[in-house]
Amino acid sequence: MKRFGFFAGLLLLTLFCLGPLVWQLITAFKPTAELTTLPPLLPSRPTLNHFAAIFAGHPFLRIIANSFVVAVACTVLSLAVGSLAAFALARLPIKRKGLILALVLCGSMFPPIATVSPLYMIIRTLAVRDTLLALILTYTSFALPLTIWVLTHFFRSIPRELYAAARIDGCTAFQSFRMVMLPLAVPGLVATAILVFIYSWNEFLFALTFTATAASRTIPVGIALFPGLHEVPWGEIAAASVVVTLPLLGLVFIFQRRIIEGLTAGAVKG
Amino acid sequence: MSRSQSHERTTHFLFLAPAFLILGSVLLYPGISVLWLSLHRRLLIFDISRFVGLDNFAYLMQDARFWNAFGNTLYFTTVSVSAELLLGLGVAVLLHRAFRAKGLMRTVLLIPWAVPTVVSAKMWEWLYNPDFGLLNYLLGLRINWLGAPALALHAAILMDVWKTTPFVALLLMAGLQTIPGELYQAARIDGASPWMVFRTITLPLLKPVILVVLIFRTLDAFRVFDAVYVLTGGGPANTTETLSIYAYKVLFQTLQFGYGSAIAVTVFLFVGLTSLLYVRQLRGVTT
Repeated sequence: MKRFGFFAGLLLLTLFCLGPLVWQLITAFKPTAELTTLPPLLPSRPTLNHFAAIFAGHPFLRIIANSFVVAVACTVLSLAVGSLAAFALARLPIKRKGLILALVLCGSMFPPIATVSPLYMIIRTLAVRDTLLALILTYTSFALPLTIWVLTHFFRSIPRELYAAARIDGCTAFQSFRMVMLPLAVPGLVATAILVFIYSWNEFLFALTFTATAASRTIPVGIALFPGLHEVPWGEIAAASVVVTLPLLGLVFIFQRRIIEGLTAGAVKG
Repeated sequence: MSRSQSHERTTHFLFLAPAFLILGSVLLYPGISVLWLSLHRRLLIFDISRFVGLDNFAYLMQDARFWNAFGNTLYFTTVSVSAELLLGLGVAVLLHRAFRAKGLMRTVLLIPWAVPTVVSAKMWEWLYNPDFGLLNYLLGLRINWLGAPALALHAAILMDVWKTTPFVALLLMAGLQTIPGELYQAARIDGASPWMVFRTITLPLLKPVILVVLIFRTLDAFRVFDAVYVLTGGGPANTTETLSIYAYKVLFQTLQFGYGSAIAVTVFLFVGLTSLLYVRQLRGVTT
């Protein structure tokens, strides 16, 4: 009986987490005429029309490509800059490390709405509005505090002796970072990379304000401003949602353990 | 020796320099700049920029729409964070045992967190659709969830609870794993009831993690923008307009950069004060 209750709980939880997504998936395959009738719940004849429509009528591929470039560039930049800083904070003899780390953590509490107006003016002055560069730099600044925080934890978990040994063998600080510490921190780097990638892929406020055309528009803006001629094109929105969510689900399935490690590195061990 | 030491120090600084440069110019500078902007009357289209001191904040105090947004934000934050914490705690305790599909269950819990907020907002808008939405169909009702002033904010809260409860549960599960199993065994031998075990072992030992989760969630919920903006746009009749949405509209729809920045600064202040409060609490718990 107790066992039954437990499995009923699991089932309910799964239904709660996945139900809304499954409905979106079903909607994506429903013929337009069946979108406005309930029942039937399931499409009588599943169709790929909505998927064809999002790629034919709108610059959807361009938007996906933009998101991809921004997310990858931001991930690479955050990891490169963040791992250098995190290594220094974890292992180098630097004064007031605790204070620096605390300030970095404060950075992660900045509300985006508070920096959006000055950044908008800077971007206008530098004439980089509607470019991917503006998004990449902004996202990196918001991803860096988390990156540094999580990676510092990972570098600290690598035995101190390894770094000391590399230095005694004649490596410079940078060489020991690149050849000894970095390879050992790969699990942490992967975890952080996924978190940063997902953040950049999903960000909306800056993307909405800094982009104007399909030249730099990213997925969240593309979906929020989905063009509908007379009525809301629910089938196409559902299809677009499925397309842009699938890569993330792939990441979650492959890297579940790493992602949770990254998420909890700061929260639980902190 | 002293020369090589100062050389070392320069190298050490070089490790931090790129991060400082980016954080300083793209985060810290705008963060300070917004304070300066909030002291100006600045209209972007007319190139008007005049220093007005605290006038914007004085106006803020009498702005009914600001207080409405403040109330909405506070309500959204309080209700959604408490619901997420309670439900998340329940889920974490439920799953804190050995069973075969545990890894799979973790993946399931991660999925709502990974779904782009905009996608989840559009998804819930469709679920809430008064005529063809699944929710009304399943409940056998015809309620206009997002169109009724008394309901819309709650609909937004439910969406947030869907997206973040699993995330909260995952963090709390990680916290539960740090509690030594012997404590539970000892309690069981002493004949403690499950509720007593929860109250005297689980809750006190989990408190630091609970506090950290509360910080994360409170700050996140208080600056909520995309989820609600895409779901309702702040309507109906501004009943779901949060501070971030109001600030965004003043900034980019009416282009009042001074006044909009002043609203943004209040979010900033609240977030800062809340973190201070929590950090003090946390210190008390961990030392």
